[in-house]
Amino acid sequence: MDVLLQQLLNGLILGSLYAMVALGYTMVYGILELINFAHGEIVMLGAMVAVSLLTLLVGAGVPVPLALFLALGAAVAVCMLTGILVERVAYRPLRNAPRLAPLITAIGVSIVLQNLAMIFWGRQYLSFPPVQEVQVYDWMGATVTNVQLIIVGVAALTMGGLLLLVNRTRLGRAMRATAQNREVAGLMGVDVNRVIAVTFAVGSALAAVAGLLIAAYYGIAHYNMGFTLGLKAFSAAVLGGIGNIPGALLGGLLLGVIESLGAGYIGDLTGGFLGSHYQDIFAFFVLILVLVFRPSGLLGERVGERA
Amino acid sequence: MKSKLLIALVLASMAGGVGASETVMIGCVAPLTGPQAHLGKDIENGARLAVDAINASQPTLGGKPVQFELQVEDDQADPKTATVVAQKLVDEGAKGVIGHLNSGASIPASRIYADNGIPQVSPASTAVAYTHQGYETTFRLMANDSQQGKALGQYAAKLGKRVAVVDDRTAYGQGLIDEVVKAVQASGAEVVGREYTTDKSTDFTAILTSIKSKRPDVVVFGGMDPQAAPMIRQMRTLGMKIPFMGGDGMQSAEFIKLAGPAAEGVIGSSPGLPLANMPGGAAFTKRYTERFGKIQIYAPFSHDAAEVLIRAMLKADSAEPEQYLPELAKTQIDGIIGPIAFDDKGDLKDGPVTLYQVKSGKWETLEIMGGASAR
Repeated sequence: MDVLLQQLLNGLILGSLYAMVALGYTMVYGILELINFAHGEIVMLGAMVAVSLLTLLVGAGVPVPLALFLALGAAVAVCMLTGILVERVAYRPLRNAPRLAPLITAIGVSIVLQNLAMIFWGRQYLSFPPVQEVQVYDWMGATVTNVQLIIVGVAALTMGGLLLLVNRTRLGRAMRATAQNREVAGLMGVDVNRVIAVTFAVGSALAAVAGLLIAAYYGIAHYNMGFTLGLKAFSAAVLGGIGNIPGALLGGLLLGVIESLGAGYIGDLTGGFLGSHYQDIFAFFVLILVLVFRPSGLLGERVGERA
Repeated sequence: MKSKLLIALVLASMAGGVGASETVMIGCVAPLTGPQAHLGKDIENGARLAVDAINASQPTLGGKPVQFELQVEDDQADPKTATVVAQKLVDEGAKGVIGHLNSGASIPASRIYADNGIPQVSPASTAVAYTHQGYETTFRLMANDSQQGKALGQYAAKLGKRVAVVDDRTAYGQGLIDEVVKAVQASGAEVVGREYTTDKSTDFTAILTSIKSKRPDVVVFGGMDPQAAPMIRQMRTLGMKIPFMGGDGMQSAEFIKLAGPAAEGVIGSSPGLPLANMPGGAAFTKRYTERFGKIQIYAPFSHDAAEVLIRAMLKADSAEPEQYLPELAKTQIDGIIGPIAFDDKGDLKDGPVTLYQVKSGKWETLEIMGGASAR
């Protein structure tokens, strides 16, 4: 029982990270019907900026809370700027082009960002400086650490903030209007270009926070870390119903838990025929099942609520 | 005027005498450009030290004075380039080859050497496959991955009777862990869990939780440092305080940097003896440092690679590969790295493996398994 509980906890922590990244995919898709494949790279950028700056500041003797704040601020700023720039340069000129064109551009942007990061930071792994003593708490036979609690807490806060932004503010209403019908929203006096740019900025800021959390959790950052992560988060967004914000949350958490349980039990279930490195089979099998029976994802039919 | 002419004549005849001593070309291949260039240079310098020392002793082959010449080539750690430079050495008439560094380069190149009957002694390649292709011309001076896995497994069994293993499903990780499992079982311990990951994963909490539930005494990982570092961190956060071990893929300074405080107490193995424990280590370090500076890793091994090649030629009294290859296979010498003899595959007999442990943020020698210390 304690093993199951531990696996569920593992899954929820992993899932909250997926969910934060999935939100970025879903927001952009909701507004532009564009799959922004470069989003995983924005997360990587956030992680790399935060880790390098944090290492520098902590090394220079800056107090840890201040260093964390500055590193996070810088990561958010860099990611927001990159997000806005990518939208302006790579997506806006193609907004009325056939759908395949911006998709290909998105893949191109992803490769460009990855290679720029490789040139700037090199191929080696960056390590997250030990800023916080890890404390392990026992809870009903399972363990959880203060770092994990912080991660889940920060993830919940930022995602809650996003929901408030989308549902309760004037900007959120403009975003929802743009998502429903871009032309009509424009006719109603919504500055569509600005709203789209802001959407990218908000998604990228979330990505920066996610990047910092991921680097803190795993202790490492690498120019290549955004690719698989982006793919998983994208799957989570599709699982929950792409374009739907609560769907991204649900999809992310679900994917994390499924992966965790899959990796934990697949070996025992198949009598050792499939090892734990096949954990992704579980996740993607569930994804296929959901898409076969509910093509728009778990929460996909609530089109009206998408951002 | 006359005396000057005489001197000139004498000088000319002396020069002719030197020219009459034959030159035997020995190839030396390693990556000399790219991220591993410093390791390649290490190999070149080690071999040069051996060749120069032997040349100074005025060697003879078939009664004629002979000089050995090192022909150095760059394989860029790339399998394709490795085959190109291998062919070049063959065409230029190399009689033996020291190299290559990477198993991925040694293996494709070995075929070209074997087709032309030219002996190849690698100072660094550890993949089992290199000497197991059925070629008579492949030799190496490093313990291979299977010898390393055996040492890791035996030590793990010493630490506890319940061993859990994880590998990253690469040829290296899987091969290493297969040997660990065999050695653990042969030592009377039990493998209580075998889990798998990939060489791109960073989240291991699920498999570690599953391992934890099987209550092992020690965990052995076959893979590289970018996975090993998050893995040990996650083990500690899951409250697993048991020892963590792995092969040379994680026995690196990078691992300590990435794992941070969690690296403390981790055990990593590496083929070969530490320089300080090599029988000829101190004297060699002095000779090498005077001429080239700091030894990286491979210089003692490439020195001995040159030594076994040339000694076999001198013993057979011929530089022709078909003449000296049998002598090479029968090599029995005390090298810098310890006693050198080959088994029927061309692997170092009883190749030593060193276990290191992280203490206060540094790899410290823990125990030497196999090799000279076992004799």
